[in-house]
Amino acid sequence: MDNEIHYTYSVDGSDFTLAGEISSKVKKTLRQLGLPSEIIRKVAISMYEAEINMVIHANGGTIDVTIDSDKIRVILKDTGPGIPDIDKAMQEGFSTATNEVRELGFGAGMGLPNIKKYSDEMNISSMVGQGTTMELIINII
Amino acid sequence: MIDEIYWHSVTLERNNCKGCTNCLKLCPTQAIRIQNGKAKILKERCIDCGECIRVCPYHAKKAVTDGFECLENYKFNIALVAPAFYGQFSKTEDVDLILTALTIIGFDDVFEVAQGAQAISAKTQELLESGQLLKPAISSACPAVSRLIAVRFPDLIKNIIPLRSPMEISAEHARRVAIKHTNFKSEEIGIFFISPCAAKATAVKDGLSVNKSEVDGVISIKDTYLKLAQQLGNIENVKKLTHSGKAGILWATSGGESRATHAERTVSVDGIHNVINVLDDIEDDRLGDIDYVEALACPGGCVGGPLTTENNFVARSRIKRICKHLPQRIHKIDDDIERMWDKPPVYRPVMKLDNNIKTAMQMAIELDEIRDRLPGLDCGSCGSPCCHSLAEDIVRGYAKETDCIFLLKEKLNSLIQQMTDKKEEND
Repeated sequence: MDNEIHYTYSVDGSDFTLAGEISSKVKKTLRQLGLPSEIIRKVAISMYEAEINMVIHANGGTIDVTIDSDKIRVILKDTGPGIPDIDKAMQEGFSTATNEVRELGFGAGMGLPNIKKYSDEMNISSMVGQGTTMELIINII
Repeated sequence: MIDEIYWHSVTLERNNCKGCTNCLKLCPTQAIRIQNGKAKILKERCIDCGECIRVCPYHAKKAVTDGFECLENYKFNIALVAPAFYGQFSKTEDVDLILTALTIIGFDDVFEVAQGAQAISAKTQELLESGQLLKPAISSACPAVSRLIAVRFPDLIKNIIPLRSPMEISAEHARRVAIKHTNFKSEEIGIFFISPCAAKATAVKDGLSVNKSEVDGVISIKDTYLKLAQQLGNIENVKKLTHSGKAGILWATSGGESRATHAERTVSVDGIHNVINVLDDIEDDRLGDIDYVEALACPGGCVGGPLTTENNFVARSRIKRICKHLPQRIHKIDDDIERMWDKPPVYRPVMKLDNNIKTAMQMAIELDEIRDRLPGLDCGSCGSPCCHSLAEDIVRGYAKETDCIFLLKEKLNSLIQQMTDKKEEND
């Protein structure tokens, strides 16, 4: 497809303070493209949550962002522990976070439900012991 | 949008500018470029925060404010005093003395903006408790922050509390009182705000959420200080002029506004770069447990304004002492004076590359390619604040790659190499 912007980022899983840096970069690019702010907000929030998840559960991974003229597609890939029961993980309040992570204000069990809420399409595929891939689509039109 | 005329208080004193990179690097909206050895302010981006005035070592950045000669245009002049003014004098913490001195240097009367602040705090508290506000609700008090939101955080415009500024309601009240007690008409009365900052001067001339300002002019604290300091020792009859409580006067310092609203879950942030961090967090939905955000562009709050004279830490300590024995609030603003703003600020999409999204995408792709060729040192020598913004300026057509001194050096080296090779061939 012509006129398509593509970015690949790697997410460092060892430093919590860096989590969110990539969603913030993407947000700036979208702003420069002049996209409506509701769309930018949807991307920023869903991507931020997913990025945090990667750091908490999977020790980092990679994020691919593709922007074309009708949608934004974000693919987050990690080689973490995987999600045994995706339906259960999608329930509000469900959390496997350690106390340490909860003390940092995360792990309230709102991550996945929030990602779903702010994206137009969300697909998760996961294998226990091998990792999780999440695809988020936010429509521009 | 770009066709709109932007009025700004912050301007460049061309002769003093050395073309260094101090202001360039610290401008929060990347509104400065260095061209032909001089700084240039991109009018549509500038939010009048005054950060450049504060950091310029050559005093080349100035805020345009009104002079005392403007008082001659009116028959009855009122000084509208920002509470930050009370903390400027090492010789006195007596607010009545300071206000009396103002009536000697040319003003016929004074009115304290702290009273308007009290009224706005009371209204803020009412709105917060009513549950009508989108949370976290952001105070509309700092005009530079409101402008920042209008250019960089359009999503948060709806979080701004829809109230007028303490300055505006104070001016309206002061004018009403003056008309009642003197025989002057409204247009014969001049109301001058004694301001710690440039953004207030802009707010009066080109208000974001005000149709027409109640204030006739803005005089800087600096300009007023000099005249006043000479008089402070000569005053025999100190008049009883202050009627403000601590809820209003503490607005001069960061945290004062929050305290006056009595909200529990508040954040008080000061300094424009800190404000940006907090706004970024709000935009990403990370401040869910906060009800009220007091965001002030200047370090320490209004006492840190670029047009003040005193060190902001010292001024803060004085304001605290002044307030120590004051009651919480003394209401003086009439209830029938409108508290709500005329209109919300309008998004100014100055960061976007093009109106057509396809063109913008093409430009964004090019921008990335150019940025990857740049050294990533963010030195500012090209005249743009960082490598990314040079790439942006190039795709917008305002700059070229050889503006980067490192790329230029590479190019020169390869030219020299080619010439040497040619010479050797010829020999």
